[in-house]
Amino acid sequence: MTRAAQRVSLLRLAGGVVLTMLAQAVNAAYQVNFQEPATKIAQAVYDLHMMMMYICGVIFVGVFGVMFYAIVKHRKAPGRVAATFHENTTVEILWTVIPTIILLVMVWPVTKTLISMRDATGADITIKATGYQWKWGYDYIKGEGEGIKFKSTLSTPREQIDGKAPKGENYLLEVDNHVVVPVGKKIRILTTAEDVIHAWYMPAFAVKQDAVPGFIRDASFRADREGTFRGQCAELCGKDHGFMPIVVDVVSAEKYSAWVAEQKTKMAAVADDPAKVWTLDELKTRGESVYAQNCSACHQPTGKGLPPAFPAVDGSKIATGPKGDHLNLVLNGKAGTAMAAFGKQLSDAEIAAVVTYQRNAWSNKMGDMVQPSEVKASRK
Amino acid sequence: MNTATTTVNGHSAGHEGHGHHPAGLMRWITTTNHKDIGSMYLWFSFAMFLVGGCMALTIRSELFQPGLQLVRPEFFNQLTTLHGLIMVFGAIMPAFVGFANWMLPLQIGASDMAFGRMNNLSFWLLPPAALLLVTSMFVPGGAAAAGWTLYPPLTIQQGMGMDMAIFALHILGFSSIMGSINIITTIFNLRAPGMTLMKMPLFCWTWLVTAFLVIAVMPVLAGAVTMTLTDRHFGTSFFSAAGGGDPVLFQHIFWFFGHPEVYIVIIPGFGVVSQVISTFSRKPLFGYASMVYAVAAIGILSFTVWAHHMYTVGMPVTAQLYFMYATMFIAVPTGVKIFNWTATMWRGSLSFETPMLFAIGFIFLFTVGGFSGLVLAMVVVDVQMQDTYYVVAHFHYTMVAGALFSAFAGAYYWLPKWTGHMYNEKLGQVHFWLSFIFFNMTFFVQHFLGIAGMPRRIPDYALQFTDFNQISTIGAFGFGLSQLLFLYNIITCIKGGPKAPAKPWEGAEGLEWDVPSPAPYHTWEVQPVVK
Repeated sequence: MTRAAQRVSLLRLAGGVVLTMLAQAVNAAYQVNFQEPATKIAQAVYDLHMMMMYICGVIFVGVFGVMFYAIVKHRKAPGRVAATFHENTTVEILWTVIPTIILLVMVWPVTKTLISMRDATGADITIKATGYQWKWGYDYIKGEGEGIKFKSTLSTPREQIDGKAPKGENYLLEVDNHVVVPVGKKIRILTTAEDVIHAWYMPAFAVKQDAVPGFIRDASFRADREGTFRGQCAELCGKDHGFMPIVVDVVSAEKYSAWVAEQKTKMAAVADDPAKVWTLDELKTRGESVYAQNCSACHQPTGKGLPPAFPAVDGSKIATGPKGDHLNLVLNGKAGTAMAAFGKQLSDAEIAAVVTYQRNAWSNKMGDMVQPSEVKASRK
Repeated sequence: MNTATTTVNGHSAGHEGHGHHPAGLMRWITTTNHKDIGSMYLWFSFAMFLVGGCMALTIRSELFQPGLQLVRPEFFNQLTTLHGLIMVFGAIMPAFVGFANWMLPLQIGASDMAFGRMNNLSFWLLPPAALLLVTSMFVPGGAAAAGWTLYPPLTIQQGMGMDMAIFALHILGFSSIMGSINIITTIFNLRAPGMTLMKMPLFCWTWLVTAFLVIAVMPVLAGAVTMTLTDRHFGTSFFSAAGGGDPVLFQHIFWFFGHPEVYIVIIPGFGVVSQVISTFSRKPLFGYASMVYAVAAIGILSFTVWAHHMYTVGMPVTAQLYFMYATMFIAVPTGVKIFNWTATMWRGSLSFETPMLFAIGFIFLFTVGGFSGLVLAMVVVDVQMQDTYYVVAHFHYTMVAGALFSAFAGAYYWLPKWTGHMYNEKLGQVHFWLSFIFFNMTFFVQHFLGIAGMPRRIPDYALQFTDFNQISTIGAFGFGLSQLLFLYNIITCIKGGPKAPAKPWEGAEGLEWDVPSPAPYHTWEVQPVVK
């Protein structure tokens, strides 16, 4: 290829790259501001932020206007002599006092908004959100729907995360069980955690509240429009911190009542008869789903774990040793490690099922089983 | 401002000096010379800067697109943790201690630092600490993965990498406390006759304030991580509610250290920038006294605002209000500094050599970081921003465009004094412009990511965050590669280049320019008299 031809083809290539990038830029979602507010408080925060942007913008342009004027006009040039002034009390007092006044002007509306943001009194519905490594648990503890409880786990398939399947629209922002609340009602969220600190973060409501193990904190919101809202855990909580989203459905009062009724029937249906004696196959089937929801993030679907932080279950001493030790570990966890005490999270039947499953899955062929009644007896 | 009236005795001192120290490796292991130790600090910090930078590039590569491609989440968390610890304690802090070692004695007319042997020890504690941090990646369970803030109870769950990080922090704390004792003692006792405190170059003043901050807060950090250690191994429950403790207690202790720490990182940079701006404006610093008061005010106020890092942890609304007001007050002295620098440039005779470019870049971008800090100070807005990429963008504007850019300004400013050669000016300016452009490409877009709700410290993200993350990753690689120009420029400057005069910058003031370039091994053995 001649040099000219090379140059032309290079130019074409460069042009092609630029065009592709431009096309991408046009299609891309370059969101530069908050998500659309869905509560009055979130709207107030949005407006305050805009106000700050304007004030800071004006100051910025002012200060750097002066500096760039100096950069252009006060350059070193033949015959130029620098001035020698190096203080001016009046100016120095002015530029201390004026910023102070600007700050006071800014802080006043923020103070008012903060006080209403933190006012969680008079809630219609109170929901406790418990952070677990790595999912959320919800208990409706007061108001319509009292008694409803469920866990909410990431529902994005593993294949999408590993790039083996195309990613869906709500990639990493979808869960199996949504939190459902009625529109226009004041919802109080109590946060706590079972293991490490998490944070319940819902951008459209301007709610972010750390969930601290052993303590209860609160936050509140009153959504003013219906819709599905998505947020994430906002405090580093270990390996799968990026994989425990929060989804809230805001629905009309009628739909909410219908949802409550549906949940109540569902809960009654799945409640396990404590006296029932399970067969090995029943326990294994149930245990497989419990394992997938609670264990496989660390110990992996293959049971091989991610040693040394997350040991294997397949072939492990515990899962192929005395079943009492195995049950005890699952019930009470292991201090100083990420192994949680699942006794607090799971029912007798679920614990019995998952222990039985682990003892009889993969290369583990213990052939024994744990009945819910044994779990009940082992609880301290 | 300062004029040395005695004759310069650098030459003869340099000549005498050569016979007294071992050559080769033993010279560096046994040296008590402030210039040797300063150089070792600077090289060490640059090496750590590259190590921490490679970690950052791995992080950014993983975040180039959604999904998990390069690293697993648990390793990703180790990278973010080590990147933070290494950059703060291994790169930025030692860099400025290196500047202090080199320049403080020269600037105040002292023959060396006050405690030579302690100075040697405070440097040689750094390599074992760095080794602990870096090798912790290869022990069972990997390195600490709880973020550089090391919040329990997550830290209680980790493997022995966490213990190695704790011991590394202990060692680094010892090192910086000893360095600070040395700096304070040197400034208070070894100033040349006539060099009153209010005549000291601003770099000395900023380090004096910084050194007090270090001595005040490093023991607090040591206490916090020691409590973590005993919680991990000896059955205490400082941070566990089950035993009557409180995980949030750690956060209060950590940030009581952590907020002064961010000023420890930035305040010496204020000093460098003040001197550079004045030199290249060929005009005395505007408001010297108010600069000193502003730095001291920032130092003192920094102890009163720690909980603005933890607005969402759940504290009484009155506490939130107090911390918000106190934080906003820091904006006042910080603003004063920006105004003073602008006024220094006003009606000067400005030239734009590399140090000046980095200093102006510093002011420009540090102000952006200051404004985002003001936004974050507003509790209700912070509730949206806390633990998102907005915070990441904010502190990189203060720590990279702030502390790092001021370190670059200082390095180019004093390189002729250190090496006796001029660096390649054109290459220096290219380094500045590439750093400036790629820095903004990397971090400006992260504001948008944070506002839109992308949490920090996540290895994978929802699809709407893809485009800005890609821009940020490309910028990060550009920024990282640009730093190789800096390394190349330094090496060629050490090896050769145009001979530098004693005072290579027309507008420079201060005693350091009265000794020849390169500064002889021993300087100011007879103290100058400052009028």
